[in-house]
Amino acid sequence: MLKTRKANGVFDIVNTIILVLVGFITLYPMWYILIVSLSSAQHINAGDISFWPRGFNISAYKIVFANDKIWRSYANTLLYTVSGTIINVLMTTMCAYPLSRKDFYGRKPLTMIITLTMFVSGGMIPLYLVIMKLHLLNTMWAIVLPPAISTYNMIVMRTSFESIPISLTESAYLDGANDIQIMQKIIMPLSKPILATMTLFYAVSHWNSFFPAMLYLNDQDKYPVQVLMRDIVIAGDMTSDSGDVASNINILATNYKYAVIIISIIPILLVYPLLQKHFTKGVMVGAVKG
Amino acid sequence: MSRHAKGYARKQMKRCKYLYIIMILPLLYYIVFHYVPLYGVVVAFKDYNIVKGILKSPWVGLKYFQKFVSEPYFWKVVRNTFLMSLYNILWGFPVPIILAVLLNEVTRKRFKKVIQSITYLPHFISTVVVCGMLVNLLSTDGLINQVIKGLGGTAKQFLMYPQYFRTIYVASSIWQSAGWTSIIYLAALTGIDQEVLDAATIDGANRIQRIWNVTIPAITPVISTMLIMNLGKMMNLGYEKVLLLYNGSTYETADIISTYVYRRGILGNSFSYATAVGLFQSVIGVVLLLIANAVSKKLSETSLW
Repeated sequence: MLKTRKANGVFDIVNTIILVLVGFITLYPMWYILIVSLSSAQHINAGDISFWPRGFNISAYKIVFANDKIWRSYANTLLYTVSGTIINVLMTTMCAYPLSRKDFYGRKPLTMIITLTMFVSGGMIPLYLVIMKLHLLNTMWAIVLPPAISTYNMIVMRTSFESIPISLTESAYLDGANDIQIMQKIIMPLSKPILATMTLFYAVSHWNSFFPAMLYLNDQDKYPVQVLMRDIVIAGDMTSDSGDVASNINILATNYKYAVIIISIIPILLVYPLLQKHFTKGVMVGAVKG
Repeated sequence: MSRHAKGYARKQMKRCKYLYIIMILPLLYYIVFHYVPLYGVVVAFKDYNIVKGILKSPWVGLKYFQKFVSEPYFWKVVRNTFLMSLYNILWGFPVPIILAVLLNEVTRKRFKKVIQSITYLPHFISTVVVCGMLVNLLSTDGLINQVIKGLGGTAKQFLMYPQYFRTIYVASSIWQSAGWTSIIYLAALTGIDQEVLDAATIDGANRIQRIWNVTIPAITPVISTMLIMNLGKMMNLGYEKVLLLYNGSTYETADIISTYVYRRGILGNSFSYATAVGLFQSVIGVVLLLIANAVSKKLSETSLW
């Protein structure tokens, strides 16, 4: 018995070490970006920054915050995220509610037609041609309309609606309510948790989305943060701020790029506690079948 | 249809009138943004011309399919897609399972929660940020090269060498998704009967024996379903990351079908050619998914539909 206990102790220690290491590997890259963005040019050049900022320096952030382009792209992202998410939640609810009703005539064929789109799609080019034909290219509608309903989310929502007792709907019928009123006054108030989950789910995907904007928008003024960030951080395009960065001996392009990365992660970090709570539930609900 | 049945249908439809009204917009959405593009796949069989539109462009049959199958570069792109997916599954698939098992063995709740919170986080970081970090950490004066120089090696511009691309892609994918995917296995692990675990302990099994003989077999159905589904989704490799990380000097290993479609179609304006290539990818993807689903049905009676 004593021997097993000792072996257990060793196991626990090794396990803890491995998990701490995993945690470190996950966090360190982000931490490193943060501390470098806050360090002085000399220390970055010397490459001696490892766990804390050295030569504490926030000039990069000052330049980033003084950049109109960045503010504009933030405003764009906010616009796409808010309007996109409102469309998402409304459309997903309107699709999920009728399909959740077992007495809905046509439920089976409509469900099939819709779920089929999860498995077959026309692909990148045909969708692009449709958006072009609708004259949506280079407008915000090209960003917010094509992903209006995520079929996967819709199924999660439908499953959640199905769990509301049918007796509530029936008594509302007796009181003379129609289906639209029932959805608004009974189903939606009872579904606040799933609506909150969906709102977060969609909002994060809009916030992080980059490919549609790259594909459909030409106008720099319409770029969301993610596309601008690609230009600055990955392609190294500093045209908007190169003057400020070059003339400031305290900072390097590195500071500037890392500061841009950090300010784009901050909103996600702020809502992360909420996200974690709702999303882990969402993953589990999603385990149900279509 | 008999008159009686017709009357019944009409009555039912009238009863559900408001439900149809609610569904008008969603249905319109599915038609415009899913079914019309599905129809748009016909441009693969036509010589699409923007001015003429889909309907008036002339049919050319399999011209574009013959064209791409005869190009060696196309097969290289197909090979890259499969290899990148395969390595992604080979290295990436076991990590969340191991992570879940290790987390499950932790007795201190707080520590477990902290590690979970940390490992789920990358799932919410955008692809652009992940790639931005990679580009900078892997640059000649980035973190990785500083470590290498510190150990006496020479700095390398990793993203310029085709031989490192897959490693970078796979490793960063693990970083992004391992924690998040472990949720599914953790959920399966909580379903294990505590009595069975206690019985194993009384029989003298140590922790590793218990993991190997009780825990892992208990979640094998979930593992096999997940594996089959992953294999079924092999063609849907995340291309955004490739698009952000690759460059002319790494196309040799980095260029996959989706990025090729993007370059030829959108940037090169060869809409018909790119649609044909995309259709090839979709068809293989659907076939793989059907196979995966059939296998999964046979093995564990769980299926996608």
